[in-house]
Amino acid sequence: MNALFLAYAYLRYHWARSAVLVVVAALILFVPAATQILLSTSERALVARGEATPLVLGARGSELDLTMSALYFSDERPDPIRMSQVEAIWDSGLAMPLPLHTAFSSGGFRIVGTTLDYFGFRDLEVAQGRGLTLLGEAVIGAEVAQALDKGVGDALVSAPENLFDLDGVYPLEMPIVGVLAPTNTPDDNAIFVDIKTAWVIQGIGHGHEDVVTAADIASGTDALANAAVVQYQRITPENIESFHFHGSQDDFPASSVIVVPNDTRSGTILKGRYLDPESPTQLVEPAGVIRGLVDRIFRIKTLLDVVTAIIAVAALAAIGLAVFLSYRLRAGEIATAVKLGARRGMVLRLLAAETVTLLFVAGGFAMAGAVVVSRNAESWVGFLLALGS
Amino acid sequence: MVEVENLGFGYRGGFRLAIPQLSLADGEKLAIVGPSGSGKTTLLNLVAGILVPDSGRIIVAGTEVTGMSDALRRRFRASRIGFVFQDFALLDYLSARQNILYPYRITPALVLDAAARDRAEALAEACGIGDKLDRHPAALSQGEQQRVAICRALVTRPRLVLSDEATGNLDPDSKARILDLLFRQAEEAGAAVLAVTHDHELLPRFERVLDFAQYRQETPA
Repeated sequence: MNALFLAYAYLRYHWARSAVLVVVAALILFVPAATQILLSTSERALVARGEATPLVLGARGSELDLTMSALYFSDERPDPIRMSQVEAIWDSGLAMPLPLHTAFSSGGFRIVGTTLDYFGFRDLEVAQGRGLTLLGEAVIGAEVAQALDKGVGDALVSAPENLFDLDGVYPLEMPIVGVLAPTNTPDDNAIFVDIKTAWVIQGIGHGHEDVVTAADIASGTDALANAAVVQYQRITPENIESFHFHGSQDDFPASSVIVVPNDTRSGTILKGRYLDPESPTQLVEPAGVIRGLVDRIFRIKTLLDVVTAIIAVAALAAIGLAVFLSYRLRAGEIATAVKLGARRGMVLRLLAAETVTLLFVAGGFAMAGAVVVSRNAESWVGFLLALGS
Repeated sequence: MVEVENLGFGYRGGFRLAIPQLSLADGEKLAIVGPSGSGKTTLLNLVAGILVPDSGRIIVAGTEVTGMSDALRRRFRASRIGFVFQDFALLDYLSARQNILYPYRITPALVLDAAARDRAEALAEACGIGDKLDRHPAALSQGEQQRVAICRALVTRPRLVLSDEATGNLDPDSKARILDLLFRQAEEAGAAVLAVTHDHELLPRFERVLDFAQYRQETPA
């Protein structure tokens, strides 16, 4: 008790030195713990998303790019595939295809064109407003709503792809009709629209004022369209009828397709159909791709552990030196204690109490930090994964 | 109070201290003078049981210190002997009050109870630092620091106070005042004072003065 009293008095009086030692010791304890928590959570999050997505169909190329594009809406843009591939999946009767069009963005967040089945597949719930019903509407993820400070009734404008392409993509203003409940997945960072809306953004579909009126037809007047024809940049109930698509929908693009087989057998049959290396498309299992990625991350973690251990040893040596020098500086105090009759063990107990108190406080801070990291790991990992996409 | 008989103590490769006989009566104030290195501080350490003599006996308050184990000597020192040092030896991280009560924190031979706390406050009042008990040494003058050290030496009600150049770091005006204070408090506590000093102006205040040069013997090379 007396040793603790003296230790506390010493550490409190020399608070700056004590604080430095506590911070260093706390960091030594905290960093490996936090790294472990975040990596474990990352692994769980990555694997969970991968395992929740049975198969992904896309253009042949990097399996990882395709998986990251389909699961995390990443910046990687695999070559698009034709919608006829989606129809082929439907027609096979073996699986449900969920096309994804992830070529555009708004406010720094990915615009994901898909079908309503995607919301059911991911168990996405609308927290405010309603789901998609009309062409041109958008439902935004929870993180998008918070970051852009947008909600139901607001609107988003798609980012122009090329300012100098006069024949190119026009920005489309999309009213927000719903905000999704947070899921701590990449869906929180996505702006969902119907895939047809994505095609409108791409310029495949468009709406404009009538070029030929009924009177023109009746009088047999030839009409010639030019740049004076007003292109609609927002789809409204008044102009929605004028929106139309040119060409066959089979030729329209999709970035990737999530394929949900009816059963294991169906999945196996489908995988067999896409084994041909000459085929322009591939069917990948995201779980396997993600596991490969996680294995790589954990190989890097091993290196990180070694670096952390080296830093920890160096920092502990520095702390040990600081404590040793502190005890050397206190030789006079120890001599006084001995002259006043201190027990032989008292001096050792006093020094031990100071060291233990420092480590205890440092351990407390490290543990508190680890608890904070642990409690927020899922949302932080979700944010980090979104940053990387 | 103190009886020294045929005391012999030598530093390896250094001088040898040889004291055939030395005594100090209860409540007596004895000054030890002598040139530097004559063994004055060594005698204090021998009497306190910090050093163990090669030969001879030291009896303090009726107890033979030289026959005790290290642990017993420490207990005896904590409960029967008070120390005042030239550099005050106060702990910077403790307040004046905590410094005075420091002996109670470092040995189980003493119990820190309300009586001890009252005694610390009464001593501080008597020494004129009653209003500075919550200050740390850095906030006290040198004279005030030495008063704290005197309170620390006397708070355990020792039978013997060992003073090692207690006034050596003080200005001339403070020296006499601090020494008088030490004597007065020692008298009230019924303690004898064995003091090492270089200050000849202070010697008339002691009841007896012992020149220590006579006890030093050079060790043959």
